[in-house]
Order: sequence, then C-alpha cells, then structure tokens
Amino acid sequence: MRETSAQPTFHDAVIELVHGAGGKASRRLIEGLFLPLLANPALIPLEDAAIMSIEGLRLALTTDAFVVKPLRFPGGSIGELAVNGTVNDLAVSGARPLGLLAAFIVEAGLPSEVLRAEAEALAQAARRAGVSVVGGDTKVVEHGKADGLYIVTAGIGLVDPRAELGVHRVRPGDRILISGPIGDHGITVLLARGELDLEADLVSDTRPLTPFVEALLEAASPGLHWMRDPTRGGVATALNELARDARVAITLAEEAIPVRDAVRGACELLGLDPLYIANEGQLLAVVDPAWADTALAALQRVPGGEQAACIGEVQEQPAGVVIVSTQYGGQRVIDMLVGDPLPRIC
Amino acid sequence: MRYVDELRDPRLIRAVAAEIARLVDPDRHYRIMEVCGGHTHAIYRHGLTELLPPNIELIHGPGCPVCVLPMGRIDDGLALAEQPDVIFTAFGDMMRVPGRRGTPLEYRARGADIRMVYSPLDALKLAQAHPDKHVVFFAIGFETTAPATALTLMKAKALGIRNFSVFCNHVLIVPAIRAILDSPDMRLDGFIGPGHVSTVIGCRPYLFVARDYGKPLVVSGFEPLDILQSILMILRQLAEGRAEVENQYSRVVPWNGNRAALAAMAEVFELRPYFEWRGLGFISQSALKISEAYADWDAERRFDVPGVRVTDPKAAQCGEVLKGVLKPAQCKLFGRECTPEHPIGALMVSNEGACAAYYHYVHRLAAAGRDD
Repeated sequence: MRETSAQPTFHDAVIELVHGAGGKASRRLIEGLFLPLLANPALIPLEDAAIMSIEGLRLALTTDAFVVKPLRFPGGSIGELAVNGTVNDLAVSGARPLGLLAAFIVEAGLPSEVLRAEAEALAQAARRAGVSVVGGDTKVVEHGKADGLYIVTAGIGLVDPRAELGVHRVRPGDRILISGPIGDHGITVLLARGELDLEADLVSDTRPLTPFVEALLEAASPGLHWMRDPTRGGVATALNELARDARVAITLAEEAIPVRDAVRGACELLGLDPLYIANEGQLLAVVDPAWADTALAALQRVPGGEQAACIGEVQEQPAGVVIVSTQYGGQRVIDMLVGDPLPRIC
Repeated sequence: MRYVDELRDPRLIRAVAAEIARLVDPDRHYRIMEVCGGHTHAIYRHGLTELLPPNIELIHGPGCPVCVLPMGRIDDGLALAEQPDVIFTAFGDMMRVPGRRGTPLEYRARGADIRMVYSPLDALKLAQAHPDKHVVFFAIGFETTAPATALTLMKAKALGIRNFSVFCNHVLIVPAIRAILDSPDMRLDGFIGPGHVSTVIGCRPYLFVARDYGKPLVVSGFEPLDILQSILMILRQLAEGRAEVENQYSRVVPWNGNRAALAAMAEVFELRPYFEWRGLGFISQSALKISEAYADWDAERRFDVPGVRVTDPKAAQCGEVLKGVLKPAQCKLFGRECTPEHPIGALMVSNEGACAAYYHYVHRLAAAGRDD
C-alpha cells in the first residue's frame, strides 16, 4: 500500500529540477512530503483528477501548471497547452469538462503582444474543447523572476455515469491501447528550443482527448478499466505507475508501438527512447480483452486516431515491472524516467 | 530510417543467432568484452543477451567517456562554470553527472550559466554571439569527439576568437584496452571493438591485441545485426584457433582511419604523460591535452583550475566491473547505495555505463517479486 503515515518521509535537502520532471523524484516528493500532510480519500489515489461525490454527482477536479520554454513551438503554444492539459486530466478521469480557471504569472517586461497571443490561443483551445474559462487571476513578477509567462489552470468536470475507472479495475489479461504515435510533443519542443540545430517536419500533438474518451465510453464503457494521458515521463512512466499501483506486470510489444519516422530518427540521433518522451494529445487506455477490438476500432474512427494501436497487455507477474519485447525476441525492462531526457552525443 | 531497419530485420537477426548457437562449444565458457558504451547500451536496449547461448558472457568495457572521467575533473569543470562572465558549455551526456556539490543541471538551477551544446562548434558560435562573455567548452570523449574539438580550436585560432577556451578531457581507447589486457585478473576471450572511435583511428591500432595478447578483436557497428555478426566473427576465430583484427563495420570504418581527422588531432593536441581514469586509476599516455600552439584556447592555462582529486568510495567496485571480474549486480553498492538517481560509482552515471544499463534493463526484472 502507498505511504499514508502523517510523517513526511522526504528528506532531500534542496528541491532540484529533477523533482519537477515527472519521474521518480517527483513521485518521491509528492508521496513523501505532500501526501502525508494532506492525506484524504480524494487525494490518496493520486490520479490525474480527484473525484468527489457531492449529492449523488461525481465531480472531477484537477489543476496543472505550465512552464514550457519556448512559449510557442510548432503545433502549439503555452496557452493552448494550458487548456488541453487540464481538459485531458479531466477527460482521462472519465469526466466532461464543465469549466476552467486560469491564472497568469507574467514577468515584467513581457511584450503585451505575447500575452495577447497566448490569451487568444487559450480562448481558441477552450472553444475547441467545448469548455468555458469562468475565472482567473493575474500576477506580475519582477523581470528575471519568471520565464516570460507561466500559466496555471484548474478544471472541474462531471464524471460520466458509464465511467468506472481506476487501478483497482486493472486485471491480468487486459489490453493496453494507445490513441496514436508517441513522442511528437516532447521532440517538437526539444527541437524548437533551437539548442540542437536539428530540424524535423514535426508538430506537437497537443489537443483535447475528449473525443477519444467519448468514443471509448460510447463503444466499450463496460470494458474500460483505466485511462491516462502520458505527458511528462512519457508512456514508460505512466505505465510504470500503473504497474506499481495495480501490482501487475505490463508487457509491451516494441513493434506495435506507433512512432513517427521523424521522432524515431531524432531519438536515434540523440540517444533517446520515444517511450520516455512527453505527449500532449495521446490517450493510454487499459481495456478488458473481450472489449479490446471494439475499443480499438472506436479510437481509430476518431479523427487523429487512425494510428491507434494495441501495444501490450497486463500480466500477473513480475508485479510492478514494465517489460518491452523487442522484435527479435529479446526483452528489456522499462523503468520510470529518472530526469528530463537529455541528448547523448559522445 | 530505411538503412537502420535493414540492420534490425528480425529474420536476419534470428539467422545469425542460430549460427552462433551452432558454433559455440557447449563445454566452453566465452567471455567477450564490448569495449564501447554505445555497444553496451544497444545490447540491453535490444535485449541481445537473450538471443545468445548462456555460455557466452558479455563483459562491459571502459568505452563510456562520461563513466571514466574522475569526479575531480567534473568539479574542476564546474569551478570554471562558476567564474564570473563565463558561459560553460557541455554535451547533454555531462549534464546529469555529479560532482561533489551537484550536477551541471543543478549548478544551472542555482544560477551558473551552463548550456547544453550538440557540437563544440555551437559553443564557438556562442562565443561569437557573446563577445562580453568567455565561453568554455567541456570537451569529453574518445577519438570520436576529439577531431570536432580540434577543428573547433583551429577555427577559433583562424578567426582570432579570444573569448573561447576548451577544458580538455579527451581520452584514448587503446591505452585503456591495454590496461585491461595487462590487468592480472583479466579473463577475456575476445573483444567487440569500438565502432565510432574506429571511424577515426581505423583498425590498425588494435593489431597488438591479436599479435601480443592472442585475442580476437572485431570492430563492430551498433545495430543488433552488427553486434551479433561481430560475436559470430569472434567465435569463428576462436573455433579456428585464429586471433586477428577484423572489421565488421567496414561500411563506415576505413582500415587506416580518417587521415584528415587524425591530422587535426595531431595539430591541436599532445599526449598527457598520464591521466586518471575512474575505476582504472592512472594510465600513462592515455589522454590528450591542448598543445603549446593553442595554449591561448586552453581553459586549464587561462583559468586557475583547482585540480581537485576525489577518490571514489572504497566500497564501489567499478574497476572490477570494468575489467569484467565482477558483474554489475555483484558490486556491494549496486542498486542499494548506488542507483542511477544517486550514482556513487562511475558506471552508474551515464546511460551507457554498464551498471546503469544493467540497472535499467535487467535489474528490476530480477528485483521484482521482492516487495519494495
């Protein structure tokens, strides 16, 4: 069981970047410092959104902070991410978003044009996701104290009555589905930083996942057991958390995992593994084997889901581990991300 | 990707694996060292050990430049990064390698101007763009990356760019292989020779391995088919009682190396009398320093480099693992005090280090079932 004692067990002397990278250190910080102090039934599952039952309604609540550099990148920008990220945390909890709040932390000296462009991107993304921004806050900090612009969004959603999701529903034999090719967002942003002098014909996959979730609920809700949007830390980290929390093993078939050539090429060149690269518009779903074909077909019918695939399955043993079978019959263990992926040169 | 896909064709790979299985003597235990960290990584990444008969043991060699760099040199580099008006540049490989007071990433989070570059030429461009700053490039790597450093220094000199210098930590592969062969507990049957290094130095520098030590060495590419084919070539030599240097990676590696790259290195570098390797200790004439003619671009001459010496904890058995005497998991610290998040020994530091690769790809499988 997860740590629920009231005593914080986090003893790192200083908070480093790695504590925010979404991998092992982030997990240690959350479970060792925040969880013991704040523990309550809605928080303890540590899912993408908290579910609270109020007068017979199941409400999903979530929040996310966005600190991306550069602010704009091919296929998206921080304003669009700020909406999609929160909408997607609600969506993978089986919730339809009802409203968003947005807080802007602006560095003094930021051109108004930049702020306006991001406000427009945010408004447009909200329209696309079919959700209203119903409140917000603005703070300005000294020049040099924030990277131009940070955005924090929070969202509330109504959980679909057909959705019964959670690690407790994940069973050996279940299939793992992904809605499309992985790694587009992370590689796009890495290249857009311009530090690497590499170019690729690639755009971020940022988009609301609501259409995928609706399609799955419509076609296969009785067999739908768990969903997640594999953002920071990628598919590898999301599935490691699942394997650990559900006390199951997950085996993936490497050749079944959709990856665009440009992402694969950049990863080969930079010594990265697409499984660890962030996504902003992909859905991971765990589905009962009897419903897997129906669910996959439903994903593939959603525009943008043509490359959806079944990439693996849940097994009983070895519990807590994610294993990839290579196409030659070899195997390797896929651990959680340790820090942000960095290119290897030498 | 077409080119790569052919070298990952499962049918061809299974055919070579079957040929290997046919060739091995079941009564013999084979210990083959892959010298290069890139090979170690590829072997685990593609699960190649599972395609080999159990009596072929792959030993992970010293060819991971990040792993063999002593912590003192990292502290020296980071001391440069803390100088006023310095932009300190390094490859991504270095960014998570800890000195005594943290990694370059952590120094950056605390305010040092440390930037990741893809090539030393990018660092030189930064110097041109920031004439009011001094740009230091943290040069690491074997003969693979040394020519790029050399060409960058030649360009800096030709253009008269004075606000640029190199903290040189380039090391040479041949002295390291010799040190391993000379080690009294050496028990190896053959070598998978370095690929990228050999594109520069060619195959001739390895001839002593076959001639003086009677061990086969096959220079190998990095794709699954390359590595298996190289193992097959080593086994054939052993079966036929031969010890030769062969070139499996001939599509990239010329027998005599790359003359232009070697000339650039000769122009810019000279041999250090000795250099400390993490895990292996001091090895004479095993590293490069910047020559007198380029002294103005040598960070060690331009700055007061502290010259820190940090000894690895006694309990860390990196040397034994590097020489193939111990498997990573047999080290007393492996997976307990020493993990990829908190590396103590050299080999846990980089993804290409034997211990880190083993930890990521194999160890957790063995550890599963135990309750964590």
